[in-house]
Amino acid sequence: MNSQTAVDRQSMPISKLAPALLRAEDLWKSYEEGSIPVLNGVDLEVFSRQTVAICGPSGCGKSTLLHLLGDLDEPTRGRVLIHGTDLRKRCRTEYLRHEVGFVFQLHNLIADLTLEENCLIPTVAAGTPRNEALARLHALAERTGLTHRLKQRIQKLSGGERQRTALCRALMNKPGILLADEPTGSLDERTSRQIFELLLELVATEGITLMMATHDRGLAQRCDRLVEMRDGKICE
Amino acid sequence: MIFLRLIFTNLGRHRVRTLISIAGIAFSVAAMLTVVTILQGAVGMFAGLLSADSQLIVFERNISDLFFSSVPDASVKQIQGWSLVEKANPVLFGIVSSQDHPIITCFGVTSDDARIREATWISGSKEEFGANPDAIALGERAAEFLHASVGSQVAIGHGSFQVMGVLRTRNGFEDGGVFMPLPSAQSFFHKNGTSSVLLVKLKNRNDQAAFKAQVKQQFPNLIALEDEEFNRSYSQFKILKATAWAVGACGVLLGGLGVANTMIMSVFTRIREIAILRVNGFSNTQIAALIFGESGAVSFTGAVLGLMIGACAIIALKLIPALHGYVDAEVQPVVVIAVVLLACFTGAAGALYPAFYAMRVRAVEALRFE
Repeated sequence: MNSQTAVDRQSMPISKLAPALLRAEDLWKSYEEGSIPVLNGVDLEVFSRQTVAICGPSGCGKSTLLHLLGDLDEPTRGRVLIHGTDLRKRCRTEYLRHEVGFVFQLHNLIADLTLEENCLIPTVAAGTPRNEALARLHALAERTGLTHRLKQRIQKLSGGERQRTALCRALMNKPGILLADEPTGSLDERTSRQIFELLLELVATEGITLMMATHDRGLAQRCDRLVEMRDGKICE
Repeated sequence: MIFLRLIFTNLGRHRVRTLISIAGIAFSVAAMLTVVTILQGAVGMFAGLLSADSQLIVFERNISDLFFSSVPDASVKQIQGWSLVEKANPVLFGIVSSQDHPIITCFGVTSDDARIREATWISGSKEEFGANPDAIALGERAAEFLHASVGSQVAIGHGSFQVMGVLRTRNGFEDGGVFMPLPSAQSFFHKNGTSSVLLVKLKNRNDQAAFKAQVKQQFPNLIALEDEEFNRSYSQFKILKATAWAVGACGVLLGGLGVANTMIMSVFTRIREIAILRVNGFSNTQIAALIFGESGAVSFTGAVLGLMIGACAIIALKLIPALHGYVDAEVQPVVVIAVVLLACFTGAAGALYPAFYAMRVRAVEALRFE
């Protein structure tokens, strides 16, 4: 999908008519009591089922923006709205459990546990019945080609398998939003393409909104929308 | 299931540290069990001295130790004559010493005393007790360490006495003691005309309240207590029990510090893992439950191991001949429950700060943690 196609998808009626799923309003974030500014007034609207790539040089605030949208961090100023409600008024744990999933550059799996156990963690947090959780895991494992590796410890998996595991884990509780922070950044080019294809396929079939920070413009251009960031601002 | 896996996986990652913590709790629990059981046994034996075939004990009001109590012979005679009373035996307690044994308990008793009547006489005859005022009976262990037998002369304190019998009782204190006829003991301890206590058996057990009231009315300087009441209120027993629990609790608290150290290290070395759990929806309660679960597993395992070590230690102590009768091998269920609860409580207390710290881990910062 090229950038022209992305623009076409962006202009689909669903995006225009439906209210924004996620909205960042005048987001500012700085560290060390304001001496290290990272975000400088970001405004952004993301619609349901959109795939949005955030590009920009290192340190421009891509990851910070994703952290704020995922409620892992709090803005210095401004607010994030989900379905029109301020995130600060929502229960963070419930938001993390049911509405948002994360995939990081480093897979962030627990090395001593098996693939299956790692993927079941979100369902344990959410209190999902075990048989229901296992059914979901097996369905995802089949789609990501991990069925034969379920009982393997993470240490024995390849980089690509680990990232696919992280993807499965992020989708276990059927979140509406997937925040991916350079999900292919630590993989070789071929594996990177495979993971990205899988990511796009899964978000499309599951009806998930994807926001992905990436340096890879080739991958970014295959998303519905490409958001360019520079110096803590969006220059779309 | 995954929850338990997370707990035990983390404990398994640092096996040596976990084992040291378990050992800390185990040895603390063993020490507490042993100290409390032995002291309770000692208290029980001392209480047993007083409750030999009696229901009530009469002694001087407001004394700190029964060795200082004086019950006049006149009062004894009067009480013995009361219609409520089946029998009342005066006992004079004293401490004597011999050449190699600085403390030997001495019982000044009458021939009618349950100690004399119900003991197993290994040698000599209980009927002869008191016939010769300078003849004494020895407990079996006292006879052993004084190297005495019937007919031999033993030097005790400033006097010399002929041994007229050796008897065996179930009480360690009595077995290591010397039994003198009451008049001889009164003379020997310069307590003529008085006894330490009067042990009373009533014709009707239900008359205990009436008896106590009568003592209070007729002898204001004396007090009568039921055996159990005395055991609960006697300050020496209270001090002994409190000391036992305090020493034991200190041991367990030290073990708890070990658990706290383990848990703090456990949290510090898995900040990233905690962050991963948080990103995946773990609540503060769930994070805290993980930490408390780990400390609980360590404490419980340590407590069970400690109980086994403690029980073995008590049995081993009981087998030492010199301690025969002094160590009560009966581990009371209430002590076991208290020790396990204290160990678990200490473990939980040790996990408080680590859990609090873990709950405050900010995922976004911790994920940057390498």
